Order: sequence, then structure tokens, then C-alpha cells
Amino acid sequence: MSVLVLVEHDGKSIKDSTLATVTAAAKLGEVHALIAGSNVGSIAEQAAKIAGVAKVHVADAPHLDHQLAEEVAPVAARLMEGYDAFVAPASTFGKNIAPRVAALLDVMQLSDILSVEGPDTFTRPIYAGNAIATVKSNDAKKVITVRTTVFDKAAADGGSASVEQVDAGQPAGLSRFVSLDASESERPELTSAKVVISGGRAFGSAEQFHGLLDPLADKLGAAVGASRAAVDAGYAPNDYQVGQTGKIVAPDVYIAIGISGAIQHLAGIKDAKTIVAINKDEDAPVFQVADIGLVGDLFKIVPELTQKL
Amino acid sequence: MKILVAVKRVIDFNIRPRVKMDGSGVDLANVKMSMNPFDEIAVEEAIRLKEKGVATEIVAVSIGPAKAQETLRTALAMGADRAILVQTPDDVGSEVEPLAVAKILARIAGDEQPGIIILGKQAIDDDSNQTGQMLAALLGWPQGTFASKVEAGGEKLTVTREVDGGLETVELKLPAVVTTDLRLNEPRYASLPNIMKAKSKPLATKSPDEIGVDITRRLETLKVAEPPKRQAGIKVGSVDELVERLHGLGVAK
Repeated sequence: MSVLVLVEHDGKSIKDSTLATVTAAAKLGEVHALIAGSNVGSIAEQAAKIAGVAKVHVADAPHLDHQLAEEVAPVAARLMEGYDAFVAPASTFGKNIAPRVAALLDVMQLSDILSVEGPDTFTRPIYAGNAIATVKSNDAKKVITVRTTVFDKAAADGGSASVEQVDAGQPAGLSRFVSLDASESERPELTSAKVVISGGRAFGSAEQFHGLLDPLADKLGAAVGASRAAVDAGYAPNDYQVGQTGKIVAPDVYIAIGISGAIQHLAGIKDAKTIVAINKDEDAPVFQVADIGLVGDLFKIVPELTQKL
Repeated sequence: MKILVAVKRVIDFNIRPRVKMDGSGVDLANVKMSMNPFDEIAVEEAIRLKEKGVATEIVAVSIGPAKAQETLRTALAMGADRAILVQTPDDVGSEVEPLAVAKILARIAGDEQPGIIILGKQAIDDDSNQTGQMLAALLGWPQGTFASKVEAGGEKLTVTREVDGGLETVELKLPAVVTTDLRLNEPRYASLPNIMKAKSKPLATKSPDEIGVDITRRLETLKVAEPPKRQAGIKVGSVDELVERLHGLGVAK
């Protein structure tokens, strides 16, 4: 089987999500990569070095800058004539583009796969992760997005793929990139951090949320996340949200502070190796899944923890 | 301008889904069903665009069993003007796949000629997150997925999208497809008078055959299982003990 992986990049570097996607794709067959963008020569060089990538296709044109779905999907769909499967990360990037490719190919997509059980059989979460479905695709070609936290990252070095330019096509001209309001952070990314600390509504205000959690995160080299309740209350920006409808995380250690543990939040953290919970309510559902729990007042515990660590 | 809104009848978001003993799926017998939460946000956004004078008519569409009429009545009670149910046999129920749903919606869009189609970004049952993107592809329209802000102006729609790295703003030519994220708006509750009024609003019923779309599944569900359960661990009594444990895990050493 020949597999085309859509590379997620920001014009400067390849995202880790791509490396996990390559690992999942390699379970299906020989992996080729597609890079779409504008002036992406250095991205192509990086992609060629990923272990397990045999060939890199580059569609380089001004209209592919910002990788708008309307522009990238036709390029991918054309290239898919020579492939059996299209695989993208289940990040907002991949989720935006992959179904558009699937529709152009008249294929029903498999979203957010957790495992590859066979050439046409996969597992994927449904009902916010409350059930796991084993699904077989009867389409000739497969279009797949991958939950990147459950697959190991392919080595970023060691490969020596050939690089080939492909037809970037004509601009669709349906949409225009206006701006990206990027959340700047010195901290590691939520989805790839080894340690994640998250806060809930119990923090009471944005000032207290950041005032208490940021020093602890700095001490631990951790990423900072938030429950949906904390995001909705305005304590943290939307891209902090951890959970089924936010970010799925799988760090070595996840520390939930002042988070009661709604189903949809727990669905986003269940692949963490160790879950630590700090909450004043000893009956909070989060304690049912936590490996280590501490019952108490976060306003006392967090500063003490930051000081003692 | 007309706005088309797609709504799906799903398990109520407050209900914890239970996997059937025989592993064939999730048990939906005698379970409270509601409008998919992301679709409520879609209906609300359409109503706000009408209130702003951007839209003149809102048509709500659902693809599902006869009971999906209730979901459409909810949309009508919130403020949609009329509804179309594409009724599927009960045994297929909510199992119509995103690709088939997108094809049905594309056909309806051909008849109705809306300027904007708004959908939830995903349904909370199959969690596919595909229909809006597929519909946009089939129609050859632009898409503003995971929207947290929608602004209409002239022949364009400016959509702010919730992406992993922050907020991305794109400008779309009309007609366009929008899919909603959680923070786009807070849906209103239908008032009792509006619920009564909704009962007399027009609701047309069609079949997938009449529309000319094959809803045969492409994906076969072989098994549905409970996810592996995490066990509750230990409770520590003090911050000192927690620090010791964290050091033991190699954190902040």
C-alpha cells in the first residue's frame, strides 16, 4: 500500500504532529510526504530527513501560503491518484483539510484513529471517548486523521528521501488569509509537553489563574492548560482548553488543579501516564482517575508546592 | 440572503453513554436525546445574522429518523423560519455518515440557494468533524471551520477560527460554509410562546431517495467497546508528600 502523509508545518519548521502521523501511516505501507506552502524549500529538506519517509512531494506556490483548505485539498486530491491512503494529523490543521480531500475523492473519512488493526481496519473514539469503535473501511482509498498523542514520533533524522516538485495548480481564490493571532509562549506546547498543569474555575479569576500557575509551570518546565469552565470564564485563552472539544494531551505527568473532572475533560487526559489531582472537594470525579490526589485549598497548596519543588 | 442550518439529533450531552453488552454500539434506548450542542450554536448564529439584517430567512435541515422532527421543532422555536427533514429508516437512524449527509445537504443547497450554510463542527456521538468541510468541497465553496467569530460584510464573510496555535482569521467569498466552535455564541432558550408558535411553522419531509443520494455506509462498525478504565490511585496527606512523589516521577529534579 502506498500512503501520502500531509505534513503540518508553519513555514519555519515541521510540527511534531507530523512525526506521529508518519508512524501511524508506516503501519499501512510506504510513506510519502506532501508539503504544501510558499517558499517551503527548507521544510522539504527537513521532511526528507524524517525516518520512514521515502519520498517528499512539494507543492510550492504563493496561493498555498497559509495552507488554506480550499487551496491545499485539490493539490492533495490530484496527487492521491497514485496512492491508496491519505493520512493527516487530527490537529485543527488536518481536521480542516482532510474531509475536504475525502469529499473530492468520494471517500468516507476515518477520523482521529487510535490504532491500525489492519489495512482497512482501525479503532477510533466516539461519544467523547466514552466508547472505542473498531471500524472497517469499504472505500478503495482511505482518508484518515490520526490522534497524534497515541503514536510515537518518528525520528526527525535518519531518513534520506528524494524531493520532487508537484503541480501546485491554479488558485481557487475562494478564501483569503487575514491574520493569525498566535498565542506566544515560552513554554512547551500542550500537546507535546512532558508535564502539563491545568487549572479550573476554582481559581476564581484570570489574575489568580496565571499568578498561581505560571510560577509553578516555570519551575516544572510544564505547559499550562485549562478546563473548559476556566476558558469559558475567561481565565485563560481558548487554545488552553484541554478535553474532548479542546486539546487531547498525553504527557508523562498531568496535574489538574481545581478541576472537578467533567467527562469531556477526562476524555482529553486519559492517555497521560500519571494524573495528579489537587481539589478541595474529596468527592470530585477527578479523584476517580487520578493516580495521586491531594485534597485541600489550591490557594494554599499551589504556592507551597511551587516553593518546595 | 437565506441561511441553511444543519442540525442533528444526538444523545443529550449530560448523559453518560453506555456501551451495549453485545458490543454492537451505544445503547440509545430510552435515553434522552437533544440537539447536538454545536448545532444549537449554529442555529443561534443564523438567528443573530437575521437579527442583524444579514439574513432574511433561516431554513433548518436535519437528516435522521422521524423523531428528528423534535430537533427541528427546537430550531424553529429558537427562531428558524421553516424546516426540512430528510427522513431515514429507523434502523439506520443517526448512522448516516458525514459523506452522505454532505451530499444530501449539497442537493438541498442546490434547491434553496442559501448564501451561508452553518453547521456544528462535530456531532457529539460519532465525533467525526467532517460534514461541513465535505459539504464545502462538494459545492466548491470556501469554508470557515471551528468559528469563534463571524462577521458579514457585502459579498464577504470574515471568520475567526479556533486553531491549535491561537486564532486565525480568514475572509470567505459568499456563498460559504461555516462550522461552529464552542465560543461562537451562547444559544438562547426557546420561550414557551415561541415553542407554541413553532408548531405551526412549515416542516417538509423528504426521503434520501427523493433527493437522489445513496446513504449506504462506507464504514462498517465491527465492534464498540468501553475504553480501558483508569483506576483511582492514592491520596497523599500533605504537599511534602506530593513533592516527594513528583520527584519520584522525575519531575522538577
